[in-house]
Amino acid sequence: MNSLLKTILLATTVLASAGAASAADVTLNIESWRNDDLAIWKEKLIPAFEAKNPGIKLNFSPTAPTEYNASLNAKLDAGSAGDIITCRPFDASLELFNKKQLVDLTSLSGMSNFSPVAKAAWSTDDGKSTFCVPMASVIHGFIYNKDAFDQLKIAVPKTNEEFYAALDKIKADGTFIPLAMGTKDLWEAATMGYQNIGPNYWKGEEGRKALIEGKQKLTDPEWVKPYEELAKWKPYLGDGFEAQTYADSQNLFTLGRAAIFPAGSWEIALFTSQAQFKMGAFPPPVLKAGETGYISDHPDIGVGLNTKSKHPEEAKKFLTWVASPEFAEIYANSLPGFFSLNSSPVKMADPMAQEFVSWREKYKPTVRSTYQILSRGTPNLENETWVESANVINGTDTPAVAAEKLQKGLDSWYKPGK
Amino acid sequence: MLRQRKHKKTGKAMSDIHPSSALQLVSIKRPFRWHIVVFMAPALLVYTAIMILPLIETLRLSFYNTVDGAQSFVGFANYQVLFGDVRWARDFWNALTNNLIFFAIHMCVQNPIGIALAALLSLPKLRFAAFYRTAIFLPTLLSFVIVGFIWKLILSPIWGVAPWLMSLAGAKWLFAPWLGQSGPALIAVSLISVWQYVGIPMMLIYAALLSIPEEVVEAAECDGITGWSQFWKIKLPLILPAIGIISILTFVGNFNAFDLVYTVQGALAGPDMSTDILGTLLYRTFFGFQLQLGDRSMGATIAAVMFVIILAGVSFYLFAIQRRMRRYQF
Repeated sequence: MNSLLKTILLATTVLASAGAASAADVTLNIESWRNDDLAIWKEKLIPAFEAKNPGIKLNFSPTAPTEYNASLNAKLDAGSAGDIITCRPFDASLELFNKKQLVDLTSLSGMSNFSPVAKAAWSTDDGKSTFCVPMASVIHGFIYNKDAFDQLKIAVPKTNEEFYAALDKIKADGTFIPLAMGTKDLWEAATMGYQNIGPNYWKGEEGRKALIEGKQKLTDPEWVKPYEELAKWKPYLGDGFEAQTYADSQNLFTLGRAAIFPAGSWEIALFTSQAQFKMGAFPPPVLKAGETGYISDHPDIGVGLNTKSKHPEEAKKFLTWVASPEFAEIYANSLPGFFSLNSSPVKMADPMAQEFVSWREKYKPTVRSTYQILSRGTPNLENETWVESANVINGTDTPAVAAEKLQKGLDSWYKPGK
Repeated sequence: MLRQRKHKKTGKAMSDIHPSSALQLVSIKRPFRWHIVVFMAPALLVYTAIMILPLIETLRLSFYNTVDGAQSFVGFANYQVLFGDVRWARDFWNALTNNLIFFAIHMCVQNPIGIALAALLSLPKLRFAAFYRTAIFLPTLLSFVIVGFIWKLILSPIWGVAPWLMSLAGAKWLFAPWLGQSGPALIAVSLISVWQYVGIPMMLIYAALLSIPEEVVEAAECDGITGWSQFWKIKLPLILPAIGIISILTFVGNFNAFDLVYTVQGALAGPDMSTDILGTLLYRTFFGFQLQLGDRSMGATIAAVMFVIILAGVSFYLFAIQRRMRRYQF
């Protein structure tokens, strides 16, 4: 790990000096964990920016996702990090801002293009300062096999009742596994299960804020009910779901062996390229027809400015461009499933991405309940939620017991209102 | 021995020797043996730099914590949290219990099988012995990432070979998604580790068995001790020191284990923390995981406790067992 870090450090310094030597242009180095996006940056985003801003060159240098936080922190401490920093949501970036390693961007022109919910992931707790430009979010929902639904004559479920009716029908038929989800990797159960259907029960932002303020507890019915629903999913999961990994679930669905995949929108690109059948998506079903629905529209990527950057003016130009609708359109279309957080609507070509993003009009968005503030201490609420969500589906813990454990853990370090 | 006796002022031997010769012996001046220092220096320096200093630094760090943004000495406060706080203590004892089970399975399965395999391999009439030896030792050379991945696939209820093979034998009903069940998961992971490392006790015991002189075995045969009783009565006592070494290697290896659990079950050592061992607990605490930021002080505290446990185990072995072990020389 250490040697890897050193190689990365060495490579970036060599690259940086080589870039500086070859041209009088200002080169901005971009730190990122999205090495999957390297081609998109090189082929689309960088040329688009450089064409409009002569004299500024961009160098996108990503690190492996699991190494990113550690290597970025080391580079920032050593003063060798790039000018532009890709920001993880909430506390990881907030810590960098508190250490004065990220510049306050509240006054950046273009910040007004974003709603407070979009900016929340990269703002201080009081919401006064914002330190990263929101880039993209991911939306939760369910992706289904359209061919399977047609074959079994199932309509897309809108309410909870219809959802279970559909599951029963798929199960009775026996051709398909009703739900492609496993509990082996834990996070699948928490992220694709609990955080996916939960907002409908805790009423999105309302419940999330009440939880942070201490007005609600995880043992309240709003927070236990989603677990009760998850427990009901058990019979609809595939054989041996306890040892089914996330990759297994993806494969089960794309091979056409499962009918419904509790999903995040980031699956769109992979699924479209792998699945041989028609697909559609539906938002988490509401409890009663006509009720307001809530979706998890979770901010995932932002970009900020390194305090030690030697070219802050040029970097701000770039960040302003990232905040513009032009960037939003290129980005959202190159990476269907990562949705721009820009307030101006973006036209997207991918039909499934359109479907996901259309929910923003009818449904109220919220972010994952465990991400802001509540995962600051030990035991970590997010990690505990992973364990307990899997426990509830496996039947190791009842929903009530799971909720009690989570609340106890939270109580041990979190005192709301302080 | 001889010199010692000469130095003694009393004793019968002394009177026979001329006093001046004894004086001479004492006053021999040896030049300082620089070569010892020179030859030891590289190893000592490297070992100090990469082992001793980090160890001391870790121990030091476990007595410090961040108070109001600055690092300050807190005495045993970190240890108090680890053992006193309900949740920390629960996690720690859970990891320690799992680790003990992990160790017990290795001692009860890996080492007896290793000894048995070595005994079989050392049979003079066995054919293809070299092939078996290599085949059994091979997994030890594989990366734990590969081993973890292969076994995850073999045991996968969806694509795995295991359920299919068991259905061929009509035993499909015996199959369960073991890695995902909180009861069997730890046993399954332990057995994967046993499969990987069984070659090491086998090789060590095999070498020990080969070093038993023919004469001893022949003498035993003359006395009518053959077959199993020869193994129990002649060979086993002779390889006991090797078994002791293997036990202590297993102990140290198991209490430092982390890699296999991490690759097979992830850093949260699921399901429901049932495969969490000290290594994974240390990793999560020190480096952080997902939204949890790393806590270096508490991590160092856990590392220090692990160090104490291993030190205690090794000391127990060295002072209580190894000293009493009977050794035979030929």
